Order: sequence, then C-alpha cells, then structure tokens
Amino acid sequence: MFLRAQCMEKPDAETETDMEVKMSKPEFDVKALTIKSLELRKVVLDMIMKSGGGHIGGDFSVMDALVTLYFDQMNVSPENMDDPDRDYFIMSKGHSVESYYAVLAAKGFFETEKVVNEFSQFGSKFIGHPNNELPGIEMNSGSLGHGLPVSVGMALACRKENRPSRIYTIMGDGEVAEGSVWEGFMAAGHYQLSNLCAVVDRNRLQISGTTEQVMTHENLHAQIESFGWNVTEANGNDIAEMREAFEQAKTVTDRPTCIIANTVKGYGGGEIMENKAAWHHHVPTQEEYKEIVKALEAKKEGILHE
Amino acid sequence: MNKIPNRQAICETLMAHAKEDKHIYALCSDSRGSASMTPFFNAFPEQSVEVGIAEQNLVSIAAGMAHCGEKPYCFSPACFISTRSYEQAKVDVAYSNTNVKLIGISGGISYGELGMSHHSAQDIAAMSAIPNMRVYLPSDRFQTAKLIESLLQDEKPAYVRVGRNPVEDIYSEGDCPFEMDKATVHGNLEAENDVAIIACGEMVRPALEAARILGEKGIRAVVADMYCVKPLDKDTVVKMAKSAKLVITVEEHAPYGGMGSSVAVEVAANCPKKVITMALPDDHVITGKSGAVFDYYGLNGEGIAKKAVENLA
Repeated sequence: MFLRAQCMEKPDAETETDMEVKMSKPEFDVKALTIKSLELRKVVLDMIMKSGGGHIGGDFSVMDALVTLYFDQMNVSPENMDDPDRDYFIMSKGHSVESYYAVLAAKGFFETEKVVNEFSQFGSKFIGHPNNELPGIEMNSGSLGHGLPVSVGMALACRKENRPSRIYTIMGDGEVAEGSVWEGFMAAGHYQLSNLCAVVDRNRLQISGTTEQVMTHENLHAQIESFGWNVTEANGNDIAEMREAFEQAKTVTDRPTCIIANTVKGYGGGEIMENKAAWHHHVPTQEEYKEIVKALEAKKEGILHE
Repeated sequence: MNKIPNRQAICETLMAHAKEDKHIYALCSDSRGSASMTPFFNAFPEQSVEVGIAEQNLVSIAAGMAHCGEKPYCFSPACFISTRSYEQAKVDVAYSNTNVKLIGISGGISYGELGMSHHSAQDIAAMSAIPNMRVYLPSDRFQTAKLIESLLQDEKPAYVRVGRNPVEDIYSEGDCPFEMDKATVHGNLEAENDVAIIACGEMVRPALEAARILGEKGIRAVVADMYCVKPLDKDTVVKMAKSAKLVITVEEHAPYGGMGSSVAVEVAANCPKKVITMALPDDHVITGKSGAVFDYYGLNGEGIAKKAVENLA
C-alpha cells in the first residue's frame, strides 16, 4: 500500500523485547510521517483534479493531525476495525473527506488508486462526505456540528463498557459556530469524559473570509476550558507537536481534552494556496496544479535533507 | 376507563427487559417525568443518561452509543425530538444507520393548550421523509407494549409517537393481535364494505366508534389500525380500498405529508377510489384540551361517521 512500508520500517538492531513493544506500536519517526503527510496531500490533489471538486484548503490544513492519529496514535486498522476495543474517530469536518480518504487508503482500508479514480464519480461509494458504508469510517458526517456530540455518546458507551478505547474527532474552527458543538462540549465536561479528545483545526479561514470576520473565536481556548475541558494548543502542521498534545491528553484522567491545532489553510501547497479563503473549495487549474506539486516536492526535499 | 398512558407502557416494557439486557439505555432531555421514565431512571441509573435540555445532543449521543453496541431509547416531547433534532435523526441515526429508537412523547396535540410550539402535527411528515427511518403510532397501551417488544428485537432506527394522556383500551392483555408492520383490521375485509376507515394512534378509537355509528345506520365499515405509518402496510391499504366504495383516513397530524397522504398515493396507484383525509387543519390549532379540540374539528366518532355519510351520498 501507498507508503505504508516506509512508516512501519524499524531499525535492525533491537532486542526481542523492544521488538515486541514496537510490534504493537510503530516507532515514531517524525520525518517519515511528515513526508507521508506531504505525499498524501498529493493524493488529495489528484483526487480533486480528477473529480473536479473537493475542499482542498481544509484538506491540507488537517492532514498532519490525521496522519498523527492514524499512523502514531490510534489503535485502529483494517485488521481490528470490528473490534469493540479499537479507538474511534469521527471526521466532524466532513468536507475534508479527501484527506480522510487518502489517509484511510494509506492505512490499507481501501486502495489509493481506486479512491483517486472514483471519488465523487457517478454511482461512486466515495461520496463527497464520509460515509460508513466504506471500511474504516465510523459515522457519516458532512453537516457540521455532529461529530462532537456523537463522540460524546461513543465515549460514554466505551466508558460504561470499560473499554480501553479512546474517541477522537476533528472539527473545523468555522464549525465551532454550530450550537450543537457546545451541547457536546457541555455534556462531555459534565460527564468528565477523559477518553474523549477533540481537535479543532484552527486554520482561521472559512468560506466567506477569516473566522474573526465571520464569527469570532478569539476566546476559544477559555470558552472550551470553561465547559470543563483540558484545553491545549499545538502547531497543527507539526506532527511532533501534535503527538505531544495527544500524549498529554492521555494523562488527563478527569476531563476530556480539546487540542486547538493552529494550522495554515492550504498548508504545504505553497504561496499560491496557503492561507487563502478562496481556496476553501477551489479546484486548481493545470498551472496551479503544477505549482502545488512543486511546492509539495520542495517541502519534502527540504525535510529529507534536514 | 384506562388510567395508564402509552408512555407508561413503554417504560414498563423497557424495564422488564433492562434487567437482563444491560445494553438497553434510556436517554432523556430533562424529560424523564413527562416521559413516565422516572421509574426506569431510578431502577437503572447505570442505564440512564440525562443530557439536559438539548434535543440535538440527545439524538447524537444516542447515535454514538448505538454505534458502540448499546440500544438507546431517546425520550423527548414529539414536537422537539421530531423537528428540533431533525438533522441528527437524519444524519446520525438514519443515514449512519445506528440502532436508535426515538420516542416522541406527548405527541400531536396532547399539549393542546400550549400552542403550536408544543404541538407535533408535522412529525409523521418529517420522519417519514427520511430514508431508513420507520414511523409508528400505536393506538393503545397493549399495542404499544407489543410494538416496543418488537423494536427491542431489531437493530434499525425507528420513531414512535405516543400521546400524553391515557387512551381507552382497544385491545386487552390476552387479546392484542400484533404483527410487525402489518395493520390490525377490525371488521371484514372480505365483505363488500361501504367505507374503509384507516386510522393511526389516538384516532383509531374514534374510527372504531364511527364504524359502530355507521353500522347502526346500515352502512358497512371496516377499520384498519395502521400503527405502522412507515413502512405503510400497503397490502392492507389496497385490500381496504378494494373492499369499499370510499376510503377515509384519520390522523392527529397536519393535512399534508401524513398517513393519509401515504394511503392516498397507494390507493391512487393500485385501486383508485375516493380518499377523504381527515386531519388537523393547516392552521393554528384552536386552544383547548385535546378531546375538545378533536371534537371541534370533527375528529371523533360522529364526525368521521358524518364524513362517511356525506361522501357516500
């Protein structure tokens, strides 16, 4: 599968015990994951070019959080997708489905080539928002403000059943304007759901402009905290920082955690698309496509030669 | 006169199973009293979830729990659970195919005096329009219990509407014929009838009363208790229409998009006959207790019988 081996590779000289430990969890290699994240953006780009639609800006901002979750943090794979003790994820910002598909494909849930060719095509199972008829997708989303409340239900159920599962959801920052999100924040705080971790992809842009122009979230940190949450912030386009934030969340035993992931919309695609509201769902021209590929390649080269 | 409302029958049926099946959950939005669910909450605190006054959260949380293997029953006034949390019912329950049972209590105009905000005269239309959502309006406490027994056996979404007040028994402990998704027919479908009356929920009782009144006048009527509004028992609808000269539907709902609309579609397609749909008006419903309001709009035995006589003439 696409780039899968690269991440799973382990150094040779290891004791048997080390190996056993690492069998359950691949060694964390920030460089490899960062490269994976850039390469998966290229998959997203191809998906969007082929279908003529998609939400590229948010796809690129959220990719590093997804890669950290699926390739470092979460206990979920095609092998254990029906195990009740797995970790659960809901893509609440369902419009970033292209990133989600790219990550799930890289994880082996389906073939990358298939999703690139079939995304949004007539009769396709790869709909323009997550659909749980596809392997690896827990819940359907697309309408904003659903992921957190549904995650609350999952976290409650898993706690009642004494499962080791952790529940993750990623929201957009524009999405936080939905009232139902706050119903979810309130209930999770009330029930002290420490097995729940929400991420806000804080790219500061939404379809009509900056989040601060549309509906301000200046006090998001304090607002969520006041609902009884552990709130942390991280550079959402830095896999090492995201990992640290997810690890910190696991140490909190009496509250749910929200990670405000400060990101750049369009991250990795270069000047042409980074931090531009108009690229929320812009479909690149052939010229723009080449520019973006070049930017992704350059970034990858930079990391390889760090 | 029966003193047990249908909602209490739901609570009792769930309690009878919750002891054995720890996956059965009741979720309320500050509505456990109205839902007659206080005994459940007291007896099974570990299987009870309070979400506060937040119907959207109520339904989403239930969907998340169901996805993780639980069997949640959500209770909230029908007016709120059907439309305040409509999108959650559509996306998190029906579309995501989670085993959530939505129980709309105090349905229709149970809260007659409280105004349109508290009436649910749109719930059948709203819920029926969602793919993968079933809609049930049981007529009395015995049928309600049978319905819940049946719903406990499946893993699909459903919406159930019951009224607030006790309704007169139609069936009895030992005599409540029930087949899932099949209407219960009162009368002879094989005979040549003059009028076929199809009713659901609290309107079944007046429909039966109308049949009695019509019988006294020598007019033959057959009644279907169409508790299964979706999936509609189309087979029985067509048989009803074929057996009679006129079809009358009666429901505690707005005149559009309800059970009557679904029946009319089936009759028009399969056995064209005149269909009269009796329902609440497309207007603010007059203030009053539900019985008085039903009388005002002719949604009682005499009113239905009168409608039959007028349309048979």
